[in-house]
Amino acid sequence: MQRSIILPVATRYLMPLMLVFSIFLLLRGHNEVGGGFVGGLVAASALMLYAISTSPSALWKLLPLDPRFIAAIGLFISLFSGFIPLFYGKPFMTGMWIETPLPVLGKIGTPTLFDVGVYVLVIGVVVWILLEFAEDE
Amino acid sequence: MLFLMAIAAGVLFAVGIFMILRRSMVKVLVGILLLGYAANLLLFNAAPLMRGVPPLIDPVMGVPADYADPVPQALILTAIVISFGVTAFAVVLIRRVYAVTGTGDLDNMHCTDIPCESEEILSDLEDEIK
Amino acid sequence: MTALSITILAGFLIAILAPFLTRLMKHRAAFVLALYPLAVVMQLLALQRGSFTAPSIQFPWVPSMGLWMTFTLDGLGFLMGMLIAGIGTLVILYGGEYLRDDPYLERFFLWVIIFMASMLGVVTSGNALVLFVFWELTSISSFFLIGYKFEYESARAAAWQALLVTGAGGLAMLAGLVLLGQITGSFEINQWLQNPKLVQESSLAPAAFILILLGAMTKSAQFPFHFWLPNAMEAPTPVSAYLHSATMVKAGVYLLARLFPVLGGLALWNQVVPWVGLLTLVGGALLALGQTDLKKLLAYTTVSSLGGMVFLLGLGTPLAVKTAMLFLLTHALYKGTLFLVAGGVDHAAGSRDIRKLGKLAKLMPFTTLAAGLAALSMAGIPPLIGFISKEYVYESTLYYSNLPFILTGLAVLANVANVAVAGWVGIRPFWQQPEQKDEDLHLHKESVWLWIPPLVLAITGLFMGVFSQGAAQTWVAAATSSVLQEISKVKFSLWHGITPMLILSIVTLIIGVVVYLTSRTLIPGLAAFWKKLSFVGPNLFYSRSMRAFLSVAGWQTKILQSGYLRYYIITIIVTAVTLAVVTLATRYGRLPNPQWTQPRFYDVIFIVIIITSAILVTRAVSRLATITLLGAIGFSIAILFLLYSGPDLAMVQFAVETLTVILFVLVIYQLPKYTKSNYPIQANVLNIIVSVAGGVMMAVLMLLTSAVPSNSTLAPYFMENSLELAKGRNVVNVILVDFRGLDTLGEITVLMIAAIGVFALLGLKKGSKSGGNR
Repeated sequence: MQRSIILPVATRYLMPLMLVFSIFLLLRGHNEVGGGFVGGLVAASALMLYAISTSPSALWKLLPLDPRFIAAIGLFISLFSGFIPLFYGKPFMTGMWIETPLPVLGKIGTPTLFDVGVYVLVIGVVVWILLEFAEDE
Repeated sequence: MLFLMAIAAGVLFAVGIFMILRRSMVKVLVGILLLGYAANLLLFNAAPLMRGVPPLIDPVMGVPADYADPVPQALILTAIVISFGVTAFAVVLIRRVYAVTGTGDLDNMHCTDIPCESEEILSDLEDEIK
Repeated sequence: MTALSITILAGFLIAILAPFLTRLMKHRAAFVLALYPLAVVMQLLALQRGSFTAPSIQFPWVPSMGLWMTFTLDGLGFLMGMLIAGIGTLVILYGGEYLRDDPYLERFFLWVIIFMASMLGVVTSGNALVLFVFWELTSISSFFLIGYKFEYESARAAAWQALLVTGAGGLAMLAGLVLLGQITGSFEINQWLQNPKLVQESSLAPAAFILILLGAMTKSAQFPFHFWLPNAMEAPTPVSAYLHSATMVKAGVYLLARLFPVLGGLALWNQVVPWVGLLTLVGGALLALGQTDLKKLLAYTTVSSLGGMVFLLGLGTPLAVKTAMLFLLTHALYKGTLFLVAGGVDHAAGSRDIRKLGKLAKLMPFTTLAAGLAALSMAGIPPLIGFISKEYVYESTLYYSNLPFILTGLAVLANVANVAVAGWVGIRPFWQQPEQKDEDLHLHKESVWLWIPPLVLAITGLFMGVFSQGAAQTWVAAATSSVLQEISKVKFSLWHGITPMLILSIVTLIIGVVVYLTSRTLIPGLAAFWKKLSFVGPNLFYSRSMRAFLSVAGWQTKILQSGYLRYYIITIIVTAVTLAVVTLATRYGRLPNPQWTQPRFYDVIFIVIIITSAILVTRAVSRLATITLLGAIGFSIAILFLLYSGPDLAMVQFAVETLTVILFVLVIYQLPKYTKSNYPIQANVLNIIVSVAGGVMMAVLMLLTSAVPSNSTLAPYFMENSLELAKGRNVVNVILVDFRGLDTLGEITVLMIAAIGVFALLGLKKGSKSGGNR
C-alpha cells in the first residue's frame, strides 16, 4: 500500500504543537479546564499519530525512554509528591504550596507535582499499550 | 431533557446487556463498553443537569451562584480513563483465549467452569468413601 | 499456673521446630522431644502437693468483647493432664522407634506434639471458647495422624471420616456452648459452674445439652457415632494407643464430666446419657468379639469402655462418678499398654491377626510381661487396678435406684467380652500355638524402646492396684471432687470381704474364660453375624449419606455453575430487576416525580445518534462497523458532557475515544470473527426480554434518583474550599489531585497494572520478548 505523503508531513508540524498543547493543558489544569489526565491523553495521541504516520519503530527511536520506564516514573512522581509532606511532619498527601507564585507556571505545590506524575504515567501507559499492539501484528 | 437522557441511558443498558448475552467474545466486549457508557451517563445524571455552569471558580467573582456538581464529574473522569485500560486488557485477553482455544464462541468454552471430567472426579471420591 | 500454661502453649512452638530437629537427629529426636511432656508431668506433680488446683490466669484475647484466654486447673484437669503428658512421654519414645525408618517421621512428631499441646489445652482451659478452639485442634491433628500413611486410600478415607464426624459434632458443641454463653452471659466455665440454677431454669437448657452431648458423643465414639474409631485404626499404632484410646477419645467424657455440675441437674441428663453409654458399652463389647485383628479388637473394646464411662457419668450418683473417674484412669493404663504391645507384636512378627500369631513369649519376653499385666488388669484380676475398677462398676449399678439388675447384667455381659478380648490380645499371641500357619511371618526380636513404654505403663497399673491407697486414690478423689463440686472422700482397697461385687467378678471371670476358650468357633460365627447386620450399621449410613452429599453437590453445581456466561448474567439481571420492582411496587405512590425540562435542539440530535447507533450495534455484522458505531456513541456522549457543564469530561472522553479507536484499528483483524452461529429463537427472545427489562429498570431508577432533591453537602464544600485550601479554581481537577488524591493514586496504579497485564499477556504468546529500544 502506498503511503500518503500528507499525513507524515502534517504530523511533523502537528505533533510538536500537540505536545506543547498537552503541557499547556497540564499546567493550567488546576485553575481552568485541563489537567494531567487530559494532557497525558493528548500527548499520547500525538505520539501515536507519529507512530501511525511513520512506523512504531520510529516512535521507539524518538522516545528518550522505554514507555514502561515513563509510566513507572510517572507513578513514582505521584507517589513521591504524597511523601513530601511527611518530611514536614504532616500527614501523607497533604497539599503544600510554595508561597510566592513562579513566573509562567503560577503557584505550584505538591498537587501540581502529583498532576505531573499523572500526566507522565498516562503518556507512558497509553503509549506502552498501543505500541505493544502495534508491534504485535 | 432528563427523560431523554434516561431513555438514552436505558437503551445503552439494554443493548449492553443484550450484547454480553451473545456468544461471540467480541460482542461481549462491546457490551461491556456500552455498559460503561451507560454507567457514566447514569452518574452524570445523578446531579441536576445544568447548562453552561462548569464547576470553575471565577478569579474575580469567586464561587458562582449556580454550578454543576463536581463530584460526579470527578468520578466519571477517572472511570473514562480506567475504561481505556480495561478495554486494552480485555482485548488482549480475548486474543489470548482465541489463540489458545481457537474459538471465539463462548458456548464452546463452558467446560472451564466445571471441568468436563467432573463426573470422573465425583465417582473417584465416591470410591474413596467406600 | 502461669508457668504450666506457658509450658503447654510452648508445645505449639516445639511442634513447629520438631521437623527440623528430626532432620538433624533422625529418630533420636524422640529423646529430646519427650522432654516436653515430661516437663508438663513434672509441673503437674509439683502442683499435686497443693490441692491439685491452681489459680486461673487470664491472657487477654479480645478484651473489648469480654474474651479472655482463661487457663485453670482442678482435680479433673489434673487427672487428664497426667494421662496426656505421662502417656505422651512414652508414646513419643515408642513412636521414635516404631517409625524409625519412616520417611515421614517428622510429621508424626509434628502432629503428635500439636495434639498433645491442644489436648492439654482442652483440659486446662477455663473459657468455653478457648476449649472449643483446642478441641477442634485435636480433631485436626487426629485427622493428620490417621491419614499418616496417606499413600493408602483407606487411611485417607478413615481420616476424612473421623474429621467429618468429630468436626460435625464439634460444631454442634460450639452451638451448645454459645447457647450456654447466652444463658449465663459469660463464656467462663467457672461462672457456669457457680450458677447451675441459672442454666437449669432456662428454657434453652435442653437444646444446649443435646448439642453439647452430640459433641461429646462424636468425640468419644458413642453409638451411633462409634464407627469412626475402629476405622481410625489406620493410624500408626502409637497414634492409636495415644489418641484413639488413652486421651483424645476421652475428651467427650471429659466434657461431660466438666459440665456435669451444670447439666447433670437436668432431667434430660438421666434420661439420655445412661442409655447412650449403656448401648455403646454393650454394643462395643459384642462387636469386639467378632474381630480377629489385634487393633480392631482393642478399638471395639475401647468403644465399649468409653460407653462405660459415659454410662457411669449418666447415672450421676457420687459413687458412679467416682467409678467413672477411676475407670478413666484404669482404662488408659491397660488399654494404652495393650495397644503398644500390639504395635510391638506387629513390628516383630509382621502381622496383627490373632489367628496367625502364637508362641511369641520366648521371642519377646518383656512385651509378654507387659501384655500379661495389662490383660490381667483388663480382665479385672487382683491385685491389678482393673479389679478395683470393675468392683466399683458393679457396685454403682447394683445400688442404682432404677433397674439395678438389668444394668448389672449388661455390665457383666460387657465385662465378659472384656475378659475374652484381654485373653486374645494379651495372652494368646504369646503362649498358644498359632491357629493358622503363615509363611509370610518374619519373626525377629523385640527392640528395647518398643517394650519399655508398655512395660512402664503396665507396671504403673500394677503399682496403682497394689498400693491403691496412694496416687490412684488421691487423684481419683481430686477428680471426683471437681466433678461433683464438693469434697469427696475415696477409699480404695483390694479386699472388701465376700460381697455381691466379688461374686459377680468371679462369675464374670469364669464366663470370660469360657468365651476365650471357645474363640475358635465364636469369632467366625459372630463375625458372620455382624456382617449380615451391617446393612443397618451407621458405617453404611455414613457412606450412603456421603455419596448422597456428593451427588447433591454435583447436581447443584451443574445447576448453579452451568459454565455459560449467558445464564449467569441472566440470573443477575433478573434478580436485580425483581428486587427493584418489588421495592418500587411497595412504595408506589410515595415515589418522587421527575421534573420535565424542555430539551434543546442539539440535545435531541445527539441523543438520537446515541440511541440509533446503540440499536444498530445489535445488528452490525462486521467488527469494523461495530467500532465505528461505538465511536459515534462515545463522541456524542462527550458532546453531551460539554453541553451540560462538564468540559473536563468532554475533553477526556474525546481523547479516550480517539485512542480507543486507534487501539481497535490496530488489533481488529486479530480478534475472532463474528460467529454466524446464533441462539435458537426462544433463547433470543429471552435475551431481548431480559435486556429490555434491565434497560427499563435502569432508566426508571435514573429518573427517580434525579427527582430526589439533592441536598449533598459535598459539592458546596468542595466549591467553597477549593480555592482556599487547595489553591485551585478548577474544582474537578482539585478533587482529583488534592481532595481525593489518594483515590487518584489508586486509579493510576490500576492503569499501570492494566498495562503490565497487557504486556504480560502479549509477551506470553511471543515467548521471550526483549524490551527496550530496538
